[in-house]
Amino acid sequence: MTTNGQQKRPQIRKKDLSLWQLSYIPEIIKGMFLTFKQILRPKFTRQYPEEHWTPPSSYRGRPVLVEEDGVERCVACGLCARVCPALAIEVQASETEELAKERYPERFEINMLRCIFCGFCEEACPEEAIVMSNEYELVFSNQEDAIFGKEKLLMTTEQLKERLEFLKESR
Amino acid sequence: MEFFIISVIKIVIVLLIILTVVANLVYVERKVSAAIQNRIGPNRVGPWGLLQSPADVLKLFIKEDIVPSTANPFIHSLAPVISISVALVTFAVVPFGGSVELFGHQVKLMIADVNIGVLYILALTSLGVYGVTLSGWSSNNKYSLLGGLRAAAQLISYELSLGLSIIGVVMISGSLELDRIVEMQSGFQWNAFLTPIGFITFIVASFAETNRLPFDLPEAEPELVGGYHTEYSGMKFGTFFLAEYANMITASSLIVTLFLGGWQFPFLETFGLPAMMATVVQVLTFVTKVAFVLFFFIWIRWTIPRFRYDQLMNLGWKVMLPLALVNLVITGGLILAGLF
Repeated sequence: MTTNGQQKRPQIRKKDLSLWQLSYIPEIIKGMFLTFKQILRPKFTRQYPEEHWTPPSSYRGRPVLVEEDGVERCVACGLCARVCPALAIEVQASETEELAKERYPERFEINMLRCIFCGFCEEACPEEAIVMSNEYELVFSNQEDAIFGKEKLLMTTEQLKERLEFLKESR
Repeated sequence: MEFFIISVIKIVIVLLIILTVVANLVYVERKVSAAIQNRIGPNRVGPWGLLQSPADVLKLFIKEDIVPSTANPFIHSLAPVISISVALVTFAVVPFGGSVELFGHQVKLMIADVNIGVLYILALTSLGVYGVTLSGWSSNNKYSLLGGLRAAAQLISYELSLGLSIIGVVMISGSLELDRIVEMQSGFQWNAFLTPIGFITFIVASFAETNRLPFDLPEAEPELVGGYHTEYSGMKFGTFFLAEYANMITASSLIVTLFLGGWQFPFLETFGLPAMMATVVQVLTFVTKVAFVLFFFIWIRWTIPRFRYDQLMNLGWKVMLPLALVNLVITGGLILAGLF
């Protein structure tokens, strides 16, 4: 017995093999049967564009801004922009009288060509206002399209329910 | 004149059928390999992905044809032509049915009824080396050259056991004509049962001759990038690709013809079918047998890993050649004892 509890296989030496075994024919036949059996087994392929994969809540998809009661949670503190290792986030803060909060992001842009999906912005955010969604399909035809503004980043709390709950549990 | 017209018709029909089968064999190979690896395989182009091969060929035709600036352009273009023509021309002597009476003409269902068919095959399969070696040399690329050299060494080593294992069959049937060899295998007197060792050595040698796994050293991707066709692109690459599959079909039909009874359906004559029906059954038998051998080729490819170069040479010279010689001695002894 080895340390990991598995039975050590007896060592096979070439001199102990019979001529029939040395011809490799029995092993080849064994292998052929094995591969033939695989033909009859179910397939693993996912027909991707038709059959969409929903990632688990721990998945770090594209970062989005949380929208609660029609307004983003973000208070434009700029911590996400500061912590972002790829310098992908740009926040322009502004003051407001109408909302419950005093500051709000006038402009919030993430360059999705720079984003490395590390999730630091999510960790740094004191308001839980920027989180990683479960979306992974990011296609653009030019560089301008890759800069996501607020209109593309906002997502309601209902849409992000699973991720927010996951964050509550893991923090 | 009549002979000429009949030959041309036969050539056109057989060539069209083989080229179609070659293209679709790529599809079959991809499907079978996918099934063995629990995948689905091509299924996007056309129903069940059946139009995959036409799409691939079309793509290869549209692609830019790049010739390296240091290559020898004439030989670079000549090599794929040699490869594919050798693969296709070998099929000329393979009988795929008995003779049939069509519009008052007695037509033999093989393109060229050569009385030295076996020699013709051996000569042409040796010519196949030139395509591979010249392509490797003319590309002026060390990987291509290594692939070409390996191909030359491998094909020459296995040519011997290939030839020697055929000699057993020739001894039994006493003729070099493939038609005669097939006729001798009526009933279940298949040469595969009469000379089992020769059958195995022939199969192994033909795997090596067609550069298929486990003997695909000339194009071993992890070692040689692409082997002899590294510097080829567009339809020239496609020609090499098709030549590999055409070679596979030729090798399979040779295995069937020489060892598995050819177009003979066991005990067909006892059913008393009309002559036309019998011929159809014979051709279908031939096609089915070839299909089975082709599946076997693909099946082996996805089961057995590639040999190392020294193992390949050891197997060729120290195992296959002596086995083929032993087979000769045994077959000769059995003939002397009057068993065949």
